[in-house]
Parts: sequence; C-alpha cells; structure tokens
Amino acid sequence: MKEIKNIFAQGVWKDNPIYRQILGICSALAVTNLLMNSLVMGIGLMFVTGLSSFTVSVLRHHTPKHIRMMIQTLIISAYVIILDIFLKAYLPEMSKALGPYVGLIITNCIIMGRCEAYAQHNPPHLAFFDGLTMGLGYTVVLLFIAFFRELLGFGTLFGIQILGESFTPWTLMIMPPGAFFMLAIVIWIAKNIFPVQEENKGGPVNG
Amino acid sequence: MVDINPLVIFIASIFTNNMILSNFLGMCSFIAVSNEIETSFSLGQAVTFVLTCTSLLNYLIYNYILEPLGLEYLRYIIFIIVIAAFVQLVEMVIERYFEHLYFSLGIFLPLITVNCAILGVSLFMVIRNYDLIQSVLFGAGSGIGWTLAIVSLAGMRKKLKNAKIPKGLEGPGITLIITGIMALAFLGFSGIVQIQ
Repeated sequence: MKEIKNIFAQGVWKDNPIYRQILGICSALAVTNLLMNSLVMGIGLMFVTGLSSFTVSVLRHHTPKHIRMMIQTLIISAYVIILDIFLKAYLPEMSKALGPYVGLIITNCIIMGRCEAYAQHNPPHLAFFDGLTMGLGYTVVLLFIAFFRELLGFGTLFGIQILGESFTPWTLMIMPPGAFFMLAIVIWIAKNIFPVQEENKGGPVNG
Repeated sequence: MVDINPLVIFIASIFTNNMILSNFLGMCSFIAVSNEIETSFSLGQAVTFVLTCTSLLNYLIYNYILEPLGLEYLRYIIFIIVIAAFVQLVEMVIERYFEHLYFSLGIFLPLITVNCAILGVSLFMVIRNYDLIQSVLFGAGSGIGWTLAIVSLAGMRKKLKNAKIPKGLEGPGITLIITGIMALAFLGFSGIVQIQ
C-alpha cells in the first residue's frame, strides 16, 4: 500500500513527466487548445502507458536484453492501434481533431521512459499502476494548460460559453506561440513550488 | 489526391507549417540538443536526410503494399519499423564508408528514430493524401524547416549564457519562451502560402 502511495505521489506531483522530466511535450503542446481534446488525449495516454508497462513487465524475464527496445516499441504500437481504431469507431469527430497526434503517442517518450526505467525491473501490478499514474500526471498538466488556453482563446470551457459576449478572445492563446508560453509558465511555477534537489539527471532526449 | 503544387508544399513546410513552430513535432531533441550551433546543424542535416528518405519509403509501402491489402491500420507499426531500420542502415553505411562524417553525424542517428517529427511527417502525408512528389518535397521541406528552427534557437541560446534569467526559468523554461517568440515571428510568414 505504501508503495502504491509513493508511486502515485511521484507520478502526479514530484516527478511529473511534463514539468519535471520534460518528456512527451510535443503532444502536450499540440492538443491543449481545447479541454475536450486534452481530456481524450490524456485518457488515451493513460490507457497506453498503463497497459504497455504491464505487458513489458509480464514479459520482462523472456525478453532478450539487446532487442528489448524493439519489442517495447511493438507493444506500444499495438496498444496505440487499438486506441486509434476505438477513437475512429466511437468518437470520429475527436479522432479527426487529434489527427496524427494519436499515432504519435508511439514516440511519446513518457511511455518508453517508464518501460525502460520502471516496468523493466518491477512486478506487473506495480508497473501497471506506475504507468497509469504517469499518464494521470500528464493528463493533469494537459488539462491545466488547456483550461487557460481555451478560456482565454475562445472564452469557453468544454465548449460552453463562460466569459460572455463582451470578452475579446486572445487569438494568440490558441495559436502555437500561446502553447509555448503557457508550458514555460507551468514549468516556472512548478520549479518554484518544488525546488530541484539534484541537478539535471540527464534524462533521455527523444521525441 | 490534393491539387497543390509540390513547390508550394515545400515552401509552406519550411515557413508557414514549420514542424516545430506550428506542429510541435520533434520538441524533445529540439530542447536538449540546441546548445551548440555546430551540433544542431549536424542534427538538422541528419533529420533532413532521414525525413526525405523515409517519407519516400513510407509512401511507397503505404500505397503499394498496405492499401491494396486493406491493412491501413497497421501503418503505425510499419512506419516505425521502416524508420528504425532505415536509420540503422544509414548508420552502418556511414560508419563503414564515411568515417569523418560518422563522428559529426553518426552519434545523432539513433536519436532520430524516436524523433516524433519523422513519424509525424509520414502520418501527415497519409492524412493529407499527398502524392509521391508532394510527399518527398514535404519531407525535405519539413527537415529544412526543422534545421532552420533548431539552428536559430542554438544561436539565441548562445547569447543567453551571459543573460540574467530568473532561477525557475533556466533551462527548458526560457527555451520554450524563446521558441514561442520565434513562433510569433514565423506567424508573419503565414500570408505567403498556406496548406491546411
């Protein structure tokens, strides 16, 4: 139980993939112009991270060391395909709005990072939970960014008008520069709330 | 088939639809490797080369193998395997025949497999229904646009070393803000040409 609590705190707050590890920010920037998109993307990512960590962990004693990256990629792609087909079937509008970013979950380094760093050495149930909370941490930050971008950019939240007719939308917020500025601000706030104890650990540098 | 002049796509993917500044692809290596102008330029060259070739390969595979067989849903797995295999191949060829190039370019090649710009270009190409020439020029243009962005960022970060930055913004924070300003500047190009 204590272990699970610890994983939860790590994934959502202390070691949040986005503002602490700077992982997976491509999609974090791209889908946050609307809250609904971010929510779907976040849930999708939780599904993929959780299950692929679980699968990698189940197979960890049977995977030859030197081809493990390839196997992890294949496991992740398989879940992404399931997610993509599911979205196309039940939420076709959303699937169109997210476009290639669903497929790009494969190269989202959060998933690969967790498989490498955690699922490789831990039992399946913990790995599953770890993947899930990392996905949750990602979703929380995405929703936070999307909240401000949608509110200021369209004057709406989840598509419902909030700020009234007289409000002039800040078009900048829904365009790419707004995303960069918002993420920078989130990182800044996070660094002030949780001061960095050790220097940059030199994490993985991929897409 | 969309009826856009391939050259328009080429120009648009460099300026108005820049991979980083308007599609946010390839951000991780963009932030991590943009410290030195020389290394960013080498990485940019490698990305451009791999992008051009993989968009060609993926186009051929998608249109002549996957589509006739009705296996479009397998494209994620196939694309990522093609990219990984191609990068591996290029690395071996460079290591064997162009040793001096290997030291400047080779170390970045494994990094490229997981660069989401590469997979992103292949996926965009499918979604937008480009034909062969459009796809290849789209790949090349995206690579050049990516290089342009990373080299200019590296140039700006060099000057930053002497600047006073608030503690919390050091590193990724300030990099993102600079990128935001660059994206603003690139918005100025948006009147020239437009693809989606």
